[in-house]
Amino acid sequence: MKDKVGAVLVVGGGIAGIQASLDLADSGFKVYLLDESPTIGGTMTQLDKTFPTNDCAMCILAPKLVTAGRHPNIELVMGGEIRSVEGEEGNFKVKLIRRPRRVNEEKCTGCGVCAQKCPVEAIDEFNQGLSERCAIYVKYPQAVPLVFAIDRDKCIGCGTCQEVCKAGAIEYDEEEKEIVLNVGSIVLAPGFEEFDPSLKSEYGYGRYPNVISSIEFERILSASGPYGGMVLRPSDGEVPRRVAFIQCVGSRDAKLGNNYCSFACCMYAIKESIIAKEHNPDLQCTIFFMDMRAFGKEFDAYYSRAEEEYGVRFVRSRVSRVEEVPESQNLIVRHVVEEEPKDEEFDLVVLSVGMRPPKGVEGLAKAFGIKLNKYNFCSTETFSPLETSRPGIYVCGTFAAPKDIPESVAQASGAAAKAASIIATERGKLTVIKELPSEIDVSGEEPRIGAFICHCGINIGGVVNVPEIVEYVKTLPNVVYAEENLYTCSQDTQKRIREKIKEHNLNRVVVASCTPRTHEPLFRETIREAGLNIYLFEMSNIRDQCSWVHMHEHEKATEKAKDLVRSIVAKARLLKPLKKPMINVVPVGLVIGGGLSGMTAALELAKQGFDVHLVEKEKELGGNLRHIHYVLGSEDPQERLSSIVKEVSENEKIHVYLGAEIANIEGYVGNFKTTLNHNGEKKEIDHGIVIVATGAIEYKPTEYLYKEDERVLTQRELEERLAKGEFNAKTVAMIQCVGSRNEERPNCSRICCVQAVKNALKIKELSSETDVYVFYKDVRTYGLNEDYYREAASRGILFIRYDDENKPRVSRENGPLKVLAMEPVLKTWLPIEPDLLVLSAATIPNPDNQRISEMLKVPLTKDGFFLEAHMKLRPIDFATEGVFLCGLAHSPKLIEESISQACGAAARAITILSKKALEVEGAIASVNEDLCSGCRICEALCEYGAIKMEGKDGKLVSTVLEALCKGCGVCGSSCPTGAISMLHFTDDEILAQVRAALREKKHD
Amino acid sequence: MTFEPRIVGFLCNWCSYAGADLAGVSRISYPTNIRIIRLMCSGRVEPVIVLETLAQGADGVLVMGCHIGDCHYISGNLYAERKINVLKKLLARTSLEVGRLRLEWVSASEGGRFAELVKDFVEQIKALGPSPLAGDKPDKNILAGVLAAKAAAEDFRLRLLVGREKTMIDDGNVYGEKVSEEELDKILNEVIDTEFVRNRIYLLVKEKPLSVKELSERLDLDSKTVLRHVVVMRRRGLITVDRVEGTSPLYTALEVGR
Repeated sequence: MKDKVGAVLVVGGGIAGIQASLDLADSGFKVYLLDESPTIGGTMTQLDKTFPTNDCAMCILAPKLVTAGRHPNIELVMGGEIRSVEGEEGNFKVKLIRRPRRVNEEKCTGCGVCAQKCPVEAIDEFNQGLSERCAIYVKYPQAVPLVFAIDRDKCIGCGTCQEVCKAGAIEYDEEEKEIVLNVGSIVLAPGFEEFDPSLKSEYGYGRYPNVISSIEFERILSASGPYGGMVLRPSDGEVPRRVAFIQCVGSRDAKLGNNYCSFACCMYAIKESIIAKEHNPDLQCTIFFMDMRAFGKEFDAYYSRAEEEYGVRFVRSRVSRVEEVPESQNLIVRHVVEEEPKDEEFDLVVLSVGMRPPKGVEGLAKAFGIKLNKYNFCSTETFSPLETSRPGIYVCGTFAAPKDIPESVAQASGAAAKAASIIATERGKLTVIKELPSEIDVSGEEPRIGAFICHCGINIGGVVNVPEIVEYVKTLPNVVYAEENLYTCSQDTQKRIREKIKEHNLNRVVVASCTPRTHEPLFRETIREAGLNIYLFEMSNIRDQCSWVHMHEHEKATEKAKDLVRSIVAKARLLKPLKKPMINVVPVGLVIGGGLSGMTAALELAKQGFDVHLVEKEKELGGNLRHIHYVLGSEDPQERLSSIVKEVSENEKIHVYLGAEIANIEGYVGNFKTTLNHNGEKKEIDHGIVIVATGAIEYKPTEYLYKEDERVLTQRELEERLAKGEFNAKTVAMIQCVGSRNEERPNCSRICCVQAVKNALKIKELSSETDVYVFYKDVRTYGLNEDYYREAASRGILFIRYDDENKPRVSRENGPLKVLAMEPVLKTWLPIEPDLLVLSAATIPNPDNQRISEMLKVPLTKDGFFLEAHMKLRPIDFATEGVFLCGLAHSPKLIEESISQACGAAARAITILSKKALEVEGAIASVNEDLCSGCRICEALCEYGAIKMEGKDGKLVSTVLEALCKGCGVCGSSCPTGAISMLHFTDDEILAQVRAALREKKHD
Repeated sequence: MTFEPRIVGFLCNWCSYAGADLAGVSRISYPTNIRIIRLMCSGRVEPVIVLETLAQGADGVLVMGCHIGDCHYISGNLYAERKINVLKKLLARTSLEVGRLRLEWVSASEGGRFAELVKDFVEQIKALGPSPLAGDKPDKNILAGVLAAKAAAEDFRLRLLVGREKTMIDDGNVYGEKVSEEELDKILNEVIDTEFVRNRIYLLVKEKPLSVKELSERLDLDSKTVLRHVVVMRRRGLITVDRVEGTSPLYTALEVGR
C-alpha cells in the first residue's frame, strides 16, 4: 500500500464544503476546496433570511467565508472540474482541470473598477436572472475569494478592463490548466440543483412572468437583491397584494419521477411569507400544500406564529393549474377544496421548487467511481450515512439527499471526521507552520506611527486626494512616516511595510484603505512578520465608507478621509501590545451518554487517536437503539448495535463507565475536571472537551386508554412485539402525534411518522391480511423516506387525517376497542374496531438534561432539549467553547442523522483536541480586581460563561476565563464600577477616536 | 455657510459595519457627515462614551447593531437597546435634544438601508440645527447638564440597576419574583432623576461653593428637594459645608468619596 497523504480534497464550496474544510484544516490537515464556480458560498449566499430564527443569511455566513478564504491550510481551487480519481483510500491522485478565470488571482484586489467600465451586460445568475451583471464580475458583493472573473461567453474582447486595471490582473490569454492533486481522502459536497419549474408546465413558469420560483422570490426579498428588498412582481414592477405559494413543485411527484420530499420547502415557504409580510404588512400570503412538514427543532412553533401572528393562510390542497388573466397578468390558481374545484386570483405565484441532484452528477459519479441511488443522489446506508460506495470518499450535504442547512453542516463535520480518521497518522504533516521572529518589546517607547494610504487603483485615489492625506497625516503627532500606495494590500507593499517598520523603528502601523473586516488579518500578519505585536495595527476604511459612497464630492470626501485617518491615528497612539495566551489542552474526551450517538462519537475520537471516557448511566450500552428492530431499508439494527458495542468495548482508547453518574464538572475548554460516581466510588477525570449525547426518551401517554388497556401500545412496544413474533391482529389503528404538537409540547417529534410507516409496512410484510389505519395530522416522511409512505399507501395502508378539533375518540364498551375517527372528506365519524391501537408517542427530552445543563452552564430549549450555539450554522456547538452536542439530546432525529451529528461532534471536538495548546484571542475583557465590587452582573450577562467569580483576599472578584471570552464588551460596558475594560476597545481608545474625529479637543 | 452636521456612528463589526461596507460596494451614496467608529458589538456602547461624544460637540450620535435575533454575540444588541433607553432618559433631563441620539439595526445585506438611515439622520440633525455644545463657545448650562448626565451614567447605582434589569425581568429577583418591565422602568426613572440632579449639584458646587437657595435657582427646583439631595450627598461624603454666609451654608464638592 502506498504512503498515506495528510491532505483532503473537498468538492463543493457551499456551506457543507466550507464546514468540512474548516474542520479538517483546523485539525491539522491540508485542504483543497474545489468549486466549479469562481467563488465559494453556494446557495446560502442567495438566501435572504433563514428559519426559524429569521437570521440574515449573509450576516452569519460571511465570517465563515472569510475564515475559509484566509485559512493557511485551505487552498481554494476555483473553476475546477474533476477528470479522474485514481488510487485508493489514504492516497488518491485526482486529475482536474481549472477553467481560466482570465483574472490573475494573486494580482486582483477586487476593487471592481473593471466591472464599472465593462460595456457588456449579462444575465445575473446570482439574482436568478432578475437583474444584470457585466461580463467581468464577482458573483456577489461579499464574494470569497474577492477576485473578478471574465465570463468568456459574454466578453466581447474590447480590452477595456485591461486598460483600467491598475493592478495588471487581466490575462485574456489564460489557458485551461490541468492539475493533479495528491490527497488521502475526499469529501463530496457538490450540493443540489433547483428543480426546473418549467417542467411542471401546468403552473405556467416561463410563460407567465408573475409565476416565479421560490429562490427568485428569495432574491426579491433580499435587501441586496434586484429590487433592493422591495417586494415587486416581475411583469410590471407593481407591489403585489395577493401572493400564492405552491408547495411540492418537483417534489412528491411520481409523474415527474421525483417522489421524494425536498425537506426544506415547507419551512422556506413559511419563512418567505413571514418576511414578505414584514416588508409589506398588507400582503396576503396563501400557501397551498399537501402536508405541512414542519418537523425540525422549533419548527412547529414557527408554523403557528406564521398562521396566528402574521396571518399567513394555509390551504391544504394540491393545485392543478395556474392560468394567467391576460389583461392584468394576474394568475388564477385552480385547486380542489373538499373535492370541489375552486379558482382564486393572485397577483404573484411563487413555486416552492424542490432539490435535484447537482448538474452533471453522472459524470461526477463516474469520475469518483461512486454509486448513485435511483434519484441520482449519492447512495448511502442508514448506519453509514457519510460513506459513499468507494472507500476513502465521503459525502455530505444535499448531495446525499435533500436537507436543510443545519443537517448539512452537521453532516459536513461528520464527513470531516471520517475523512480525517483514515489519515489520522498524517495529521500536521502537510500543514504550514510559519516561523515568526520573536516580538519586539515596545513597552515604554513613545509611539512611532507609520501610515500607509492606499489609492486602491482609482477607487480611493479617484475621489479622495491621497497625496494630500499623506501630507496631512505626517503633521499628526507621533506619525513618523507616511506614504501612499497604489495597492496597500499587494504583495510588494507587504514587503515595503516590513522594510519601513525596520527603517523607521515603527511601533504602530496604520493603513487607510478598505474594510478591516476583510483586510485587517493580512496587515496584522505583515506587521507580525516584522516583529510587531498584531494589536499594534489599526485600519481606517476610506474606501467602502468614504470614496465609494461620496464619489461626486471630492473635497468633502477628502475632508472626511482626513477625519477618519486622524481618528484612527489617535486610537493607534494608545494601542497596547496584547498577549494571546496559550491554553494547554488535555487531549482526552468525555462523552456523556452511551447510546448510538455517544458510542459513535467516542469511536470517532478513538479512531483519531484520542482517549475517551464514555459515561452511561444505565448498566449497558445502546440507549434507544436497543429497542429498534427494523429500519427502512435492509440493515438489521440489532446486528449493527452489537457490532458497535463490541467495537467500543474492544477499543483500548475508550474507557466505558456503566451505571455511572456525573457528579460534577469544572473547568473550561482544554482543561475540564469531571467527577463521576461509579460503582459507589468517586472518580476524577481530566479532559479537554465534552460531548453531550444524553439522548431522549419515549413519552408514556396518558391518553387513549394507554396503560388501562393492554391492547393499547406505543410504536416502540409494537416494534418489540413484531420482532419477537408476538404480533397477531386483524386490524391495527395507529394514532400520530400523541404527546407532540399539542399545547404542552408544541413541536413535532420528527421521527414518529417514519416509525409508523416502518411498522405499518412490517405488519403488512408479516401479515398481509391485516388492515392498518394511520390517523395523522400531517404525514411528515421527509426526504427520501417519502418513498416508503408511497409504498405504504400502495399496499393498502389507510392514512386518514384528523385535526385538533376532531381528534380520534377511543372507547372500549363491552370488550372491543373502538376508535371513532372523523373522515375529513365525508365529515362523518368512521368507526373502527382494532385489535391493537398503536400510539405514536412523542420523543421527550431526557430528564437529566436540566442537571447536566446546569453543570456545563449551557442552555436548554423551552421543550427541554439542549440548545446549540446557532440553530443554522452551529448545530453541534454550544456557545461555551469545548462543549458539543449530538443525537436526540439536541432534538428528535433519525438514526442516520444521529450518526452524522455524532461524527460531526467528534470532528468539532478534534479541532481542539488535536492542538497541544489553544491560542486565545487577545482583545478580550480584563478585570481590575481592586475596583471589582463582586456584584456578579458581568457573570449574569456573559453568554459564553466566560466570567467566573472567585474569592480573593477575602472578597469576591470577577475573573475572565480567557479561553472562553469572545470580546463583545457587554460585561465591560455594564460594569457598575468600571472594573472591566475591553482590551483593544478601551474607553480611552474609543474616546480618543471620538475626540479626534470631532477635531476640537476640549474640556477633558 | 450651510450647516454640515458632524455625526459620530458607533457600529458593530458583524452586521451594521458590514452593511455600511455593502453600501460602499454597491456605490450607494449618502451624505459625508458621518464618522464611523467600529466596535465589535453594539453591546459595547457605553452611555458614558455617547454622552462624552455629545459633550465634545458631536451634532448627532448614531448607534447601529445587528437586528434583534441576529447578534453575533447572541444578545449584545438587547443590552445596547437597554442602554440607549437609559441614555434617552438621561438626555431628556438635559436641555440637549434627545433626537441627537438614535439607535438602528442594520444587517450585513442592507447597504441601501444603511445609506437611507444616514441620510435620514442627517436630515433629522439638520432640522435640529448645530449642537449647542459644538464650536468654541458651548452653551455652559447645557454642557453642565450633559456632564451631569455623564456622571450619572458613571454612577454605580444606575449602572447596577441597568445591569440587573434583564435578569430581574427574565429570571426574577432574589425572592424568585419576576419584576415587570413597568415596575423596573419606574424605579429606573426615579434613580435617573435623583442621580442626574445630584450630579448637577455636584458639578455646580465643584465650580464654586453655593447655597441651597442658589442651587434651587440654578436647577429650577424647589429648595426643599434640593436640600434633601444635599443632605444625602453630604452624608455620602460627596459635598461638604464650605462656609456659612449670613444665614446660608455654602456647599462645596469633595474629591474624595467619588
